[in-house]
Amino acid sequence: MDTTIKIVKYELNDVLRSKWVAYYGLFFLVLTEGLLRFSGANVKALLSLVNVVLLLIPLVSILFGTMYLYNAREFVEMLLAQPVNRRSLFAGMFSGLALPLAMSFAAGVALPFLMRGGAGAGTGALLMLLVTGVWLTLIFVALAFLIATAFVDRVKGLGTAIILWLFFTVIYDGGVLLFLGAFSDYPLDKPVLALMMLNPVDLTRVALLMNFDVSALMGYTGAVFRQFFGSGLGLAVAFGMLGIWLAVPLYAGLRLFEKRDF
Amino acid sequence: MIDIQALKKRFGPREVLRGLDARIESGRVTAVVGPNGAGKTTLIKCLLGLTRPDAGSIEIDGKRLNGDWTYRSKIGYMPQAARFPENLTAREVIRMHKDLRGNPDRLDEGLLHAFSFNDDLDKPIRTLSGGTRQKVSAVIAFLFRPNILILDEPTAGLDPIASSRLKDKIIEAKEAGKTVLLTSHIMSEIEELSDHIIFLLEGKICFEGPRDEIKAVTGEQRLERAIAALLEQRAAGPSGAKGLHQAIASPLSRNGHASVASP
Repeated sequence: MDTTIKIVKYELNDVLRSKWVAYYGLFFLVLTEGLLRFSGANVKALLSLVNVVLLLIPLVSILFGTMYLYNAREFVEMLLAQPVNRRSLFAGMFSGLALPLAMSFAAGVALPFLMRGGAGAGTGALLMLLVTGVWLTLIFVALAFLIATAFVDRVKGLGTAIILWLFFTVIYDGGVLLFLGAFSDYPLDKPVLALMMLNPVDLTRVALLMNFDVSALMGYTGAVFRQFFGSGLGLAVAFGMLGIWLAVPLYAGLRLFEKRDF
Repeated sequence: MIDIQALKKRFGPREVLRGLDARIESGRVTAVVGPNGAGKTTLIKCLLGLTRPDAGSIEIDGKRLNGDWTYRSKIGYMPQAARFPENLTAREVIRMHKDLRGNPDRLDEGLLHAFSFNDDLDKPIRTLSGGTRQKVSAVIAFLFRPNILILDEPTAGLDPIASSRLKDKIIEAKEAGKTVLLTSHIMSEIEELSDHIIFLLEGKICFEGPRDEIKAVTGEQRLERAIAALLEQRAAGPSGAKGLHQAIASPLSRNGHASVASP
C-alpha cells in the first residue's frame, strides 16, 4: 500500500506534466463553456455534454491508457527490479493514470458551472454526469491496462483497444437495434434492460438520461426504464453492474500482470 | 553469491535457457558472454524475478527465489537501455528510487559526483541523451550499496570519461567483496574487468571458468579470439579438435573452475 502511494505520487507528477492531460481538461472546459453560452439553459447544455462524454471518455481513456502502459514498459521493468511487488506497482500505475484523467474531465466540466454559481435545476444531473464520467474513465483505463498487459505487441494492443471502443460505443448499439427490429412483436423492455447492463457505456447513458426528465419522450420502454432506474433497487443494480465492469477487467489485468514475463 | 541450478525457460517454441547451472561468487566480477540470443538477458531477468523460469532454482545469498520480492533490495541493476518516465527530471527519478527503498541513510553517491551531470539532473528525462540516461541508471544501481550488482551492457553509450569512472566503480565494488555480474559485447572491457567468464550458447553454458583459462584452453592470446575460436569449434561439431571439443562439451564442475578434460 505504502509503495502504491509512492508510485502514484511520482506517476501523477509525470502524467500531469504531459500536455495531453491538460489539453483533455481544456477541451471539456471549452466545450462546456461553449454549450452553456449557446444553449443558455443548464440542462440543455448538460444533455449535449452527455453525448460527447459517452464517446470521448471511453476513447481517450482506452487509447491513452494502452499507449501509456506500452510506453512505460521499460520503466515498469526498472521498477520491478527494485524491491517493489507487482500488485503495488499495478495499483500505482492504474491510479496514477486514471486519477489525473478523471480529474481533468471533472474540472473541465465543473468549472464553467461553478463560475456561474452552480447548475441550478441541473445540479443533480451535473453531479450524476461527473460521477459517471469519472467511473467510465476508471473502467476504460482498467480495460486499457488489461489489453496492454495481455498483448506484448503494441500494434495488436492498440488495435484491440480501438475495436473494443468501437464495440461498446457503436457496434453494440447496432446489435441491440437489430435485435429490437427482429423481435419487435414481443415485449422487449426487460431484455433490453438486461442488454443495457452488459455494456458500461449504454448503462451510463441510460442512467444519465433517466436523470434528465427526458424519459417521457422514450415511450413505454422509457417508462419501464424510468421505473427501474427510479427505484432504489434498480439504481443499486445499475451501480453494482458498473462496479463489476470496473472490478473484472482490473482484477484480470492484475492477475496477468502478476504472472507475465517482462 | 548467486547459485543457479538446472534453470530452464522457454518462450513459446523457443527454448531460451536449457538447463543452466552456474555459481556466481562474491568478490569477483563474473562476465556472461555469448552471441545475441544466447539467453544472457533472459538469465538476468530470471535473477531479478522479471521472468519466471519454467524449471530449476536460483539462490541469492543462500535464499531461494520463490516469488517473494524483498530480496531485490540487495540488488543493484543497470538495464541495457534505461527508460524512465519522460516528464520527470533525473533528480526526481533518483529521489523516487530512494523513496521506494525507504530512504536508507548509507547512500553511495560517488557516481553522482564522478559523472559530471552539471544541470542535466534538473532537465526532463526526455531531453537527455542516451548516454546521460545510462549514467542516471548507473547512479541508481550503485546508490544503495547493494551486495549484488547486475549490469547489462553497462558502458554501452557512455563517453570514455564516464565509462572509465564506471569501470573504476565496478572494480571498487568487487574489491569490497560484492557479487558483480555483467554482460558486454566489448571483449576488451570484459578482459579488463572480469575474473570469471560464463560463455552462454543457445541457452546452455559452453564454457565456465577463470578468464585466463578460456585463453589457455583455446591457445589464443586475446579473449575476443578465444571466444571466436570456441564458437568456430562449436560450429565445426564433433569433428572439431578433440581436446577442445571435450573442453566445451564436458559437464562443468561446481567448484568455480572450468572442468577442462586433460588432453
